[in-house]
Amino acid sequence: MTPLAITTPPVASPHAHGGNSVGRTMFRVQLALLPATLYGFWLYGWPSFFLWLLCILSCVGSEALALKLTGSPRIRATLLDGSAALTGWLLAMTLPPWAPWWVAVLGGCIAIVIGKQVFGGVGQNVFNPAMVARVALLVSFPLPLTLWVLPLPMATLPAPDFVAGLRIFLGSLPVPDAITGATLLGHAKTELARGLDLGQALAAAPATSWLGLRPGSFGESAALLILCGGLYLLLTRVITWQAPLGVLAGVAIPAAIGHALDPGRFLGAEAQLLSGALLLGAFFIATDYVTSPNTATGQLIFGLGIGFLTWVIRSFGGYPEGMAFAVLLMNALTPVIDRFVKPRILGRDRRGKPLDQPEKA
Amino acid sequence: MSENSKIFKDGLWEQNVVFAQMLALCPTMAVTTSGTNGLGMGLATTAVLVVSNMLVSLIRQTVSSQVRIPVFVVLIATLVTIVDLAMNAWVHELYKVLGLFIALIVVNCAILGRAEAFAVKNGILASAVDGIAMGLGFTGALTLIGLIREFLGAGTLFAQASQLLGPAFAFLEVQVPGYGGALLMILPPGAFAVLGFLLAGKRLLERRLAERAAARPSPATA
Repeated sequence: MTPLAITTPPVASPHAHGGNSVGRTMFRVQLALLPATLYGFWLYGWPSFFLWLLCILSCVGSEALALKLTGSPRIRATLLDGSAALTGWLLAMTLPPWAPWWVAVLGGCIAIVIGKQVFGGVGQNVFNPAMVARVALLVSFPLPLTLWVLPLPMATLPAPDFVAGLRIFLGSLPVPDAITGATLLGHAKTELARGLDLGQALAAAPATSWLGLRPGSFGESAALLILCGGLYLLLTRVITWQAPLGVLAGVAIPAAIGHALDPGRFLGAEAQLLSGALLLGAFFIATDYVTSPNTATGQLIFGLGIGFLTWVIRSFGGYPEGMAFAVLLMNALTPVIDRFVKPRILGRDRRGKPLDQPEKA
Repeated sequence: MSENSKIFKDGLWEQNVVFAQMLALCPTMAVTTSGTNGLGMGLATTAVLVVSNMLVSLIRQTVSSQVRIPVFVVLIATLVTIVDLAMNAWVHELYKVLGLFIALIVVNCAILGRAEAFAVKNGILASAVDGIAMGLGFTGALTLIGLIREFLGAGTLFAQASQLLGPAFAFLEVQVPGYGGALLMILPPGAFAVLGFLLAGKRLLERRLAERAAARPSPATA
């Protein structure tokens, strides 16, 4: 391969490189995910650690394979930038903590091959790879993807040790029924389907918890730690506030209105915000650079859309949780949003008129 | 290469309805949830295609080009109605599965496409051969997609094949033990994913073959 010939040395403009790179951004996001992840290990024990590890290995392995098959000249650099590892990490955060090994392997393959490399790799994908894998797994294997174990501090059984954890992960040891439970959203949906009022139903429901002491996916329940991670990303300017705020408002406002109108039918705003993957999605999924709109206004619309669709799916849909579906739907709408909300052209106003020319009277 | 073998090569590989022309994608996506469905749909389409090609070729001198499309559509619709009624009578179970898509063979672009691209320009025998070749290519593609989706999605192969082909073909039915299947492959996204990977595989194979042919200069062309 012959390198492109650059005839003039590229030093003309007074530009300084800020030192930012894909690798650094990915590292910061992973740093922000670390507290909630470590807390997740404490909540769910060894099986969740194996799940997390295998998700990442599967994503990185799939990425290496796909890069090799497509004949990429930058296999090593692409693998080391951490984007595939981050996809695997995010996927693990959204899976049930004691999901078996093949869920992790298959999820990583789907995320990277179908969700990302088919479109051309980093920066080319239309849909968020982790969410593609999450939805594909949920639709394909509803049973293992909705098996929620109680956080170990809440469970009556002792935590599985290393060997028992590995056997649970490999499927040779069944997950005891005694430590599984329903999520709040799932419980509410089941009870509503039975014709019960939410007022009666929630008496026996798992409580909402800021500390993550509720059944749910591996990394989605510790609200405080996810908020800390999100705040860190905001402060380091890895993400902007528009998309997360949009998601939170998009859920909270309709939830509050619905709850005020009919408390027996709709969950309140706090329960909605602290349930499912909402906080994780708001700070870590909706802020994905590749699959969200370019402009600040566009990101706000994008976030509001995700939030509102999540609320609609949770309240009226067939699935108890709709975050992943909502993200994919809004990913599909991102080009449309970008078409209608464009950045201002430098030196021109929003309508495209030159700034230094006064309008003709 | 003789005329007929070129027609066959076109139909089965070079100009394959699904894998090369990307025609008739609606039935391709919709009915290939199992190998049996794909096979049944493919055979029904082949039957219509062969007869319609022959009839179109037969009347190509008498029908003026201004009215040819409506005439072709009426011809095809008649044939499809016959196939529709025949399938309803003799392979009722499969008919219930394929349902509306049998009637929709009328607007299958592959059939009108072959009438326009081949039958109006060629004799009756060549048109019949083209119908068989294209139909078999279509059947093969549908069966292959159906088998892959069925295997991944339900863990079976040729389920209910005996209802289509008769009890003698019950040996085709395979059940993979201990595998429940990934439902997504039965749903529409599975069809798109399988077709996409098959297309990519076909192009890769063709590129490899072309490279090999280029690397080894054949004495015939020298």
